[in-house]
Amino acid sequence: MEQFPGLIPYWVIMVLMMMGLYIVIAHGNLIKKIVGLNVFQVSVFLLYITMAKVEGGTAPILAEGIKLYSNPLPHVLILTAIVVGVATTALGLALVVRIHNAYGTIEDEEIDKLEDQT
Amino acid sequence: MSPTTAILAAVVVPLIGAVFIVLNGRSANARDAVTLITAIVTFVVVATLFDDVASGMRPTVTVLEMLPGLGITFTLEPLGMLFAGIASGLWIVTSVYAVGYMRGHHEINQTRFYTCFAIAISSAIGIAFAGNMLTLFVFYEVLTLSTFPLVTHSGTDEAKRAGRVYLGILIGTSIGLQLVAVVWTWNVAGTLDFRDGGILPGSISAGLTAVLIGLYVYGIGKAALMPFHRWLPAAMVAPTPVSALLHAVAVVKAGVFSILKVSIYIFGFDVLSRTGASEWLAFIAASTILLASLVAMTKDNLKARLAYSTVSQLSYIVLGAMLASGIGAVGGAMHIAMHAFGKITLFFCAGAIMVASHKTEISQMRGLGRKMPITFACFLIGALSIIGLPPLGGVWSKWYLSLGAAETGQLVFIAVFMISSLLNIAYLVPIVVNGFFFAPPEESHDDHNHDDLSHAAGYPGDVGGHNQWKVRGIEEAPLMCVGALTFTAAGCIVLFFYATPLYEFLLPIAGGGTP
Amino acid sequence: MIAQHLPILQIVLPLMAAPVCMVIRHPQVVWIWATLITFLCLPISIALLVQVMAEGVIVYELGGWAAPWGIEYRIDKLNAFVLVIVTAIGAVVMPYARRTVDTEIPVSRVYLFYTMLLLCEAGLLGITITGDAFNLFVFLEVSSLSSYVLISFGKDRRALTAAYRYLIMGTIGATFYIVGVGLMYNATGSLNIYDLSKLIPELGGSRTIQAALAFLTVGLGLKLALFPMHMWLPNAYTYAPSAVTVFLAATATKVAVYALIRVTYTIFGTVDILEIVPVQDMFMVMAVIAMFVGSLVATYQVNVKRMLAYSSVAQIGYMMLGLSFDTVTGVAAGIVHLFNHAAMKGGLFMALGAVAYRVGGVRLEHMAGLGKKMPWTMASLVAGGLGLIGVPLTVGFVSKWYLIQAALEKGWWMIAVLIVICSLLAVVYVWRVVEVIYFRPVSEIAQEAKEAPLSMLIPTWVLIGASIYFGIDATTTLDVAFAAARTLLGDGG
Repeated sequence: MEQFPGLIPYWVIMVLMMMGLYIVIAHGNLIKKIVGLNVFQVSVFLLYITMAKVEGGTAPILAEGIKLYSNPLPHVLILTAIVVGVATTALGLALVVRIHNAYGTIEDEEIDKLEDQT
Repeated sequence: MSPTTAILAAVVVPLIGAVFIVLNGRSANARDAVTLITAIVTFVVVATLFDDVASGMRPTVTVLEMLPGLGITFTLEPLGMLFAGIASGLWIVTSVYAVGYMRGHHEINQTRFYTCFAIAISSAIGIAFAGNMLTLFVFYEVLTLSTFPLVTHSGTDEAKRAGRVYLGILIGTSIGLQLVAVVWTWNVAGTLDFRDGGILPGSISAGLTAVLIGLYVYGIGKAALMPFHRWLPAAMVAPTPVSALLHAVAVVKAGVFSILKVSIYIFGFDVLSRTGASEWLAFIAASTILLASLVAMTKDNLKARLAYSTVSQLSYIVLGAMLASGIGAVGGAMHIAMHAFGKITLFFCAGAIMVASHKTEISQMRGLGRKMPITFACFLIGALSIIGLPPLGGVWSKWYLSLGAAETGQLVFIAVFMISSLLNIAYLVPIVVNGFFFAPPEESHDDHNHDDLSHAAGYPGDVGGHNQWKVRGIEEAPLMCVGALTFTAAGCIVLFFYATPLYEFLLPIAGGGTP
Repeated sequence: MIAQHLPILQIVLPLMAAPVCMVIRHPQVVWIWATLITFLCLPISIALLVQVMAEGVIVYELGGWAAPWGIEYRIDKLNAFVLVIVTAIGAVVMPYARRTVDTEIPVSRVYLFYTMLLLCEAGLLGITITGDAFNLFVFLEVSSLSSYVLISFGKDRRALTAAYRYLIMGTIGATFYIVGVGLMYNATGSLNIYDLSKLIPELGGSRTIQAALAFLTVGLGLKLALFPMHMWLPNAYTYAPSAVTVFLAATATKVAVYALIRVTYTIFGTVDILEIVPVQDMFMVMAVIAMFVGSLVATYQVNVKRMLAYSSVAQIGYMMLGLSFDTVTGVAAGIVHLFNHAAMKGGLFMALGAVAYRVGGVRLEHMAGLGKKMPWTMASLVAGGLGLIGVPLTVGFVSKWYLIQAALEKGWWMIAVLIVICSLLAVVYVWRVVEVIYFRPVSEIAQEAKEAPLSMLIPTWVLIGASIYFGIDATTTLDVAFAAARTLLGDGG
């Protein structure tokens, strides 16, 4: 169990991830699904960020007298991923707006009902 | 023309013909003339190859490499020569007949009909000259697909249903079984070339051989071995020239031809007789012979009866191949020729009766022989050849098939041949007897028929006309139909006298079994 | 000078051209611009393929930073082949798109459509060409986001929900993928695919690596619509605009399959982990189920576009089946089917687009009797259908030939039987359409229908023609596929 403190971040990440996934699957509201998707993605961002932490290291900014830095690469990667995530969210919300215009609802079940009729 | 060019030309000429048929689609006369010319040219090209094969040459030509190490290859050998000769030769006769029939019967979409016909012949010749199993398989599938529009020609619901059965069984067996067999062979032998004595390695087990040959024989659905025979009676909805040439000669013979090819050049009789792998199929073929004959007796529709007769006769050839004896194979190969001439005559007669009197059921044909004496006489000749009586060609193939059965000691098959001949008599001869010796039913012919006939005679470009037949109450089909069926009936007689050259020509294929 | 920079040009060209569309805005000019760009991309990819076949792997270091620190583009036989597929389809789709776009998309949005199409192509090419696992994710999202937009362009309102559902599924898939990449990075400290392929074997089957493999395969499985993760595909294909369906069906899933090949064969190819976690066996089971379920469901669809979409699910099964054999023949069969299926399905969807353009719908009742009204379009439909069945002289036959052979090589004759049974199911669904086309009387709706315009007919026949040509002479495609398969399996370079 001595590894336990070191693994806490992973536990947190996994819980977050599963929460996000659960929201996506279980919720019928299209907006809530996107919220869930965001939680899901953020958990992965955290995974990368925690990976980057080097014990005793500081922020990776070159400065006098500091030898140990955290790994900057995952931060950079996640910057990209965040941008992608924002784009996805924006597109998803835009689609929801158009779905609302076309169907008059954003509830999955009601949309299914309307689709079955046509 | 060098042999290799001639081989390619024989496959390509009908295709070029098909293009010209489409181009001349608007003018019926030009289109029919193109068909006839193409048929004649094709036959001449095929005929030039005859001497080369007889003198023992085996020219080979590879057209292209389809898959790495596997190409579209043509090789000439006696069996393929025989099949190509029959298919192309009878195409000429059928074209003459078809012109008379299609016009007399006022069929629609005649251009599509002739186009598909030409493509079908091209693929039949491709099968005949195939130098490896892949080539054979490719042309086999093309033949199936090109004949589909012919079977469904009339576009009625019945034709559509028949088309489903036709395609379902033929594509189903070929992709479901034959393709697996071909790939398996390629896997085991590393080649698909047709070679004397077979290509399978000697180490192959008896069980695998039995499975493989089963996959082949059933995979070649065109051979109509029971229980995959349903497509053939179904295909009878097609116009009669199709039934005559394709479903008595080209398509079905392509099936049995492929089986002969496979058993001689893929397996080799050595392997088959040593392992006994094909024996079970011989028994299935024998029972198909008898069962199909019995079913034929129950059919009142003339074309249906002939179709079941074909199913039965095809199994003679399958049986000949499965006996795994050289002499049996030669007998089977000869039967391809003999049955082709006999059965095409019968179908031509059936079509002529349909055109002249619009009768399709045998029970309606009572006394019709008095009105159509030539047709019924030729029907008799064809029937006797199928039965196997001298002086008609059919007797020889049955003779050699029986010899083959005797050679392998399977006397039961000789009995099968005998019983089948009796059954043939029972279902073919009464048609002629009814036609000649019984008076026609009272209401048999009405004025309606006359109208149709005179209308047919007046159809633009119709050759001959019918008025000359009208004397003494004779009402034959258009001259082009009658001429064609007389010709093939004469062929049955000629084959009786020229059986020896044919036998000697085919003898090399027996080398596979008795080196 | 330029030849040296071809790898980057391949990506930069469509990527930079896309925003230019936004500036041009004029529908016709945008179309000419986009077409021009796709026409330029094709020769680049062909040149790359020729070069790779002759000289071996091309490595291009972005900005001069050496791998594994910098991002590198690494082109071997496999991805050069996939690049050609994508660019070729792109170049054929653009000329075709103009007419369908006229009827399906409001004039004011046409420029956006072409922007997205170019962006999508850039993304797909990027996935294919890159040698960096994280860079692959970025391109995956570029192509995915643009394809969500493209699908939502569909006229039917169901296109919107289809796009939305695809977005949810696709994002989950992509996120799974980066979790996998993150775990690999955690264990090795590298993101370079080639580097990873050398580092991961040293770690053997550690738990982290196993988890990474699981996340990667599930993520990509979602993208390539491997059964049972295919739920997004039928609606997306059915309701997307015609040109989009053609493009996505012929390229998007193929590229995802490619990415999966990279992961399982290049990165994890030499690890014993495949014995610990039997990924191949799972692929095989899912592939076989996909083949069956896809074909079966296809047989009772009344919307022909949806029927072909389910057929795609089945065909993806064929590809995955080939890959799951883990032999040169099997993998080569899978790779060659990437190309073959792209040609067939692309051509088929194009023919359907022509029907939608002339008749206004692609349900069976719209197709009735069209054999007489649109003979050439229908002939292409039949030719493509025969390819799906696997009739000789079509590419479908070549694929099936090698799949069956691969199965028999392993002695799994049951699989061979299953493959042919699925082909027979294809006979059923293809022939249902053929009968409607040729034997039913022309429906009321189609009375006025004419043959499709040449700008649609020619691209259709280019693809169908390719599907016939490469079925008759398959040596070119098979040589490439076998060479690629040998490289992947480490059986000589």
